[in-house]
Amino acid sequence: MATATGVYNTTYRRDFALRHTKAEYFRLALLAAFVVVLPFSLSEYWLSYVNLILLAAIAAVGLNILTGYTGLVSLATAGFLGVGAYTTANLTTRAHWPMPLSVIAATLLAAGIGALFGLPALRLKGLYLAISTFAAQVILSNRFRGWAYLTQGHGNIAAGYPTIGTHHMKSDFEWYWLLLVVTGLVVFAGVNLFRTGLGRAFIAIRDQDIAAEVMGVRVGAYKVLAFSIACGLAGLSGALQAHYRTIVTWENYEIGTSFTFVAMIIVGGLGSVAGAVYGAAFMTWVPAYITKIGQSLQQGSFSFLIRKLPAVQLTLFGLVLVVFLLFEPRGLARLWQRAKEYFRIWPFRY
Amino acid sequence: MSRAYRHNLNGSTLEAGALQMEIKDITLRFGGVRALDGVSFNVAQGDIHAIIGPNGAGKTSLLNCISGLYRPQVGEIVFHGGDRGDRNLVRTKPGAIARLGIARTFQNIELFRHMTVLENLMLGRHTHMSHHLLASFLYYGPAQRQEIRERELVEEVIDLLEIQAVRNKEVGALAYGFQKRVELGRALCMQPSLLLLDEPMAGMNAEEKEDMARFVLDVNDLAGVTTVLIEHDMGVIMDISDRVSVLDFGRCIADGAPAEVGSDQAVRDAYLGQEANA
Ligand SMILES: Nc1ncnc2c1ncn2[C@@H]1O[C@H](COP(=O)(O)OP(=O)(O)OP(=O)(O)O)[C@@H](O)[C@H]1O
Ligand SMILES: [Mg+2]
Repeated sequence: MATATGVYNTTYRRDFALRHTKAEYFRLALLAAFVVVLPFSLSEYWLSYVNLILLAAIAAVGLNILTGYTGLVSLATAGFLGVGAYTTANLTTRAHWPMPLSVIAATLLAAGIGALFGLPALRLKGLYLAISTFAAQVILSNRFRGWAYLTQGHGNIAAGYPTIGTHHMKSDFEWYWLLLVVTGLVVFAGVNLFRTGLGRAFIAIRDQDIAAEVMGVRVGAYKVLAFSIACGLAGLSGALQAHYRTIVTWENYEIGTSFTFVAMIIVGGLGSVAGAVYGAAFMTWVPAYITKIGQSLQQGSFSFLIRKLPAVQLTLFGLVLVVFLLFEPRGLARLWQRAKEYFRIWPFRY
Repeated sequence: MSRAYRHNLNGSTLEAGALQMEIKDITLRFGGVRALDGVSFNVAQGDIHAIIGPNGAGKTSLLNCISGLYRPQVGEIVFHGGDRGDRNLVRTKPGAIARLGIARTFQNIELFRHMTVLENLMLGRHTHMSHHLLASFLYYGPAQRQEIRERELVEEVIDLLEIQAVRNKEVGALAYGFQKRVELGRALCMQPSLLLLDEPMAGMNAEEKEDMARFVLDVNDLAGVTTVLIEHDMGVIMDISDRVSVLDFGRCIADGAPAEVGSDQAVRDAYLGQEANA
């Protein structure tokens, strides 16, 4: 119940609800309308970027569960995108598995390997753990490049479009709906996780692991579980990406991409599921926009800038990251929260 | 306190007065330092059992041995779990000890700073809940029912400790006195069979101390939870404890009823004398 003096709930069920006020339901309705209208109002070019955002968001939510909520840094996200991609490509192209099944298998395999690479978390913390995930990334990158079996010696491997009957799902418009559902489910699951005891245990491990242990939380097992979830979601993202791009090459799964994902959750907001989505949008869309500006400049007298574009992009990213770390360590999610609060009590200042 | 509580906060099935924990000849060394040196005493079900001693006497170390954070080189700590049988706590992992129902607070508050009061207390229910990944992802269904069920007990603890007004606040932002209360609440939510409190009143003013002493008494009276309490304030100790053990340089120099211990000459020399000089 929302009154002038605040929000009151008369049952625990209501108190646990994600939304309490009419304004919150209204915003949800707006969001629903937005995602339905979006694909009709964007060109194929920009819609493809929306799809890339949705794909990145899946892995970013996973990484935020691991890093933002559980407090364990991973530099191996790209490696697990690769595990998902190579697995589904091989299962569909060589073993002729149907795509949905092979994507699920790829997710589970990535989760399993992720648990394995998460084992050092039983012993290591902080920087040392980060280095051990870096090692995992190096091992995986190395396998993608060097293990000829993965690509039957071609250096890359095809992954087909999904089919419905005899129809091939190729257009960005169709992919948008598929990805909207999958990413929506991942976000839903991520948000739910932190409404339950399991999610609270993850946060407890991040905040005070000794107290968590003394409260009976199985700290070691949950750390490994968090790795498994993050790597599984990276695998899911990578597998879908493989079918979206239709080709799997090792260049996409290098350490640089892992860093991009870390940047994503920092910019979006550590410890926020929505933040992971904002971060994915920011880190995908901004470079695309810069590229676009670059192309239009090419026609003008600024062509010298074009050659510098990659450097400009990197510098800008570095700057953005530093600015967020310094001024809003809780990212875009926190900014949005503050904006909502501001308007809720507007025009009063307190 | 006349309010009827629906949940029994006491996890122990022993009769009041029964032997609950035997600390036998515990010796704990850190390199050359003997933090504990052959400490032995018994804790009875339902008592408020105080541990006193000067700074560095080994009080916190003893609590850490009981909750499995430190592993003494010599001795054993036998915990009588009633229906759940007896268990030597030495070499048992902290998580397993928590599942026996041994709950504690820390000298330097160790709360989950970024969680709300409610979430911190709900974490106290962790060992009483089941945690399945898929149910958690789904939320609606078993996970939600469990949250609601556990919330009821947590709300009773919130009422008992009078922290209703701050239940949705992040604990990192709370005043020190409230944080101490929340930490007690989190331990209580475990429905402990044994409650270990490391200086719950340290750094408080007289009024806050009085409140906290009342809460400790309430918990003990209403629920019958055995409480092992480390405290420096002799006044409080004399008022609320049923039994007192005195540590000095890692040795247990006295153990008995508060009045006895208070008049013991060795204790006066070791502890009270020191305070009088300070
Ligand atoms: N982890 C540790 N490593 C090394 N020495 C330790 C450790 N923990 C405790 N000690 C030493 O053991 C001795 C007892 O310390 P402890 O913290 O148990 O005292 P205390 O009685 O709780 O004191 P206080 O009243 O100051 O809290 C001290 O000499 C302390 O330096
Ligand atoms: Mg101490």
